[in-house]
Amino acid sequence: MRKLLALFLLLSSPVGAEEAAQTDKLVNLVHQDCGSCHGLTLKGGLGPDIRPQSLSHYDIDTLSTVVLDGIPDTAMPPWRPLMSEADAKKIAEYLLQGDVK
Amino acid sequence: MKWLPGAILAILMIGNVQAETIIATGDLGLVVERASGSLLLVDQSEKATISRITGLGDLSHASLVYSPDQRYAYVFGRDGGLTKVDLVEKSIANRVVQAGNSIGGAISDDGTLVAVSNYEPGGVRIFDADTLELVADIPTESKTIGLVDAPGRRFVFTLWDEGETWIADMSSGTPLVKKISGMGDNPYDALITGDGRLYITGLFGEDGLTALDLWEDDPEPIRVLPEYGRGQKELPVYKMPHLEGWARAGREFVLPAVGHHQVLWIDETSLEETGRTDTYGQPVFAMARPDGRQVWVNFAHPLNDTIQVIDTLSKKVVHEFKPGPAILHMEFTPRGHEVWVSVRDAGKVMIYDTRTFEKRGEIDAESPSGIFFTSRAHRMGL
Repeated sequence: MRKLLALFLLLSSPVGAEEAAQTDKLVNLVHQDCGSCHGLTLKGGLGPDIRPQSLSHYDIDTLSTVVLDGIPDTAMPPWRPLMSEADAKKIAEYLLQGDVK
Repeated sequence: MKWLPGAILAILMIGNVQAETIIATGDLGLVVERASGSLLLVDQSEKATISRITGLGDLSHASLVYSPDQRYAYVFGRDGGLTKVDLVEKSIANRVVQAGNSIGGAISDDGTLVAVSNYEPGGVRIFDADTLELVADIPTESKTIGLVDAPGRRFVFTLWDEGETWIADMSSGTPLVKKISGMGDNPYDALITGDGRLYITGLFGEDGLTALDLWEDDPEPIRVLPEYGRGQKELPVYKMPHLEGWARAGREFVLPAVGHHQVLWIDETSLEETGRTDTYGQPVFAMARPDGRQVWVNFAHPLNDTIQVIDTLSKKVVHEFKPGPAILHMEFTPRGHEVWVSVRDAGKVMIYDTRTFEKRGEIDAESPSGIFFTSRAHRMGL
C-alpha cells in the first residue's frame, strides 16, 4: 500500500513526490534504525514492543515528545538532534496507526 | 558416428563426478540477509556467492555459530527461530521456533550443545546440536545478553535488568548454575577472550565495563574504567555497540565507549586504561584484524556510512573511508589479508585489502547484515 501511495503521489505533483520520498525515508528509519532496539518488525528487542496495540495508551503529541526527547534513565535516546518536530509527529502517527495516511 | 555414444557417456560421467565432488567448507561463509530471511553461502577465496538459502524467518539482528566440522551453521533469528543449515547440501537441515524473541547463541566447546539467549521469555535454552531437541531450560526473568561458550562445556551469559552474570556448567548434562551479582547497571553485551579466561561485559547504565576471571573458582566482578566518561557530556546512543571476541590488539583490548565518540584501550593483564582514540561517531564494532595490528571501527546511525582504521601502535586513525550507506558488520578473512563489509542500504558486501585499503570485489546481497566465515568454528566465543 505504501508503494502504491508513493506512486500515486509521485504521479500527482513534484511537491507530492518529495513528500512521498520523505515519508518513505521515515518509514525506513523506523524499521531499520528504531528497529535496532525495537526489532525490524517493531515487536520488541532490548527496547519494548512498539506496535500500535502496545502504544494505544499514547496520544500523538505525547508519543512525538518521547521520540524527540527520549526517556531519561533508559536506553531510549532523544532524536531531536536528527529530526524536525514535524517528522517526529509523522513517526508517531505511523507508529499509532501502523501505516501512513 | 561410433564415438558419439562414448562422448555422451563421458559427459554423463563428468556430470556424475561433479555431483559427488567433495565440498570443502573451510573458506566458506554465510551472509545474513536480514529483511528477506535468507542467507548467502559465499566463498571467501573466490569472492563469490555459491547459493542463497531461504526460509529462515525474521533475521534482523541474527547471528550464527558453526559446528566443529564446519559443515553446519546454527542460525539464531530474532523471532526465536533456531535453524540448522547444511553448507554442503546448501539447505536447511532442521528448524525449531524455541522462543518469542531471541538475541544470539553459542555452541559448547565439544560441539554437542547449542544455547540460545532469549529476551521473551527471558532466559537461555540449550539444545542438542544434532537433533535440536531441548536439553535444558534456564529461565532468568530478565532479558539475557552476552551469551558465550566457555571451556569445560560451560555457557556464560548476563541479565540486562538485574546486572547478574550466570555461568551454566553443562559438564554433567544438567545445568549447574553459578550466579554472580554486582556486574553493573544494564550490561548490554559481553565477550570472552580467545583463551576463555576473561569475560567482559559492557555497561549501558553507567560508565565502564566489568570483567570476570573465569580461571578463578569463584570469580568476582572486576570494574574496568569505571569513570571513563566523567565530566564529559553524554551523547545520545542510537545503536548499542557490540562486543565480540575480536577485540584483542597486541597486548591490549580495544572496546567501544558508550555515549562518547571514542574507543578505549586497556592493558590485557592489569585491565588499566592505556589510551583512548577519538572517533568519527558512536562506535558499534571495534574489531581487531586477526594479527592485532589494526582496529576497524564502524558507527551508529546517522554516521553509519563510514569506517575508520586505527593503527594499534600509535592508536591513531590511519585511514577513513565511506563504503556506502548503513555499514552493519565487518568480517576479516582468517589471517586478516582482507575484510568483508556489509553495506545494508547499498545491497552489497564489499571486500577490501587490509594493507592497501583497495577494493578487491563486491557481491550483491539483500539488506546484508552479519558476515560469518566458517573459521569461527575453531575460535572460542564466536
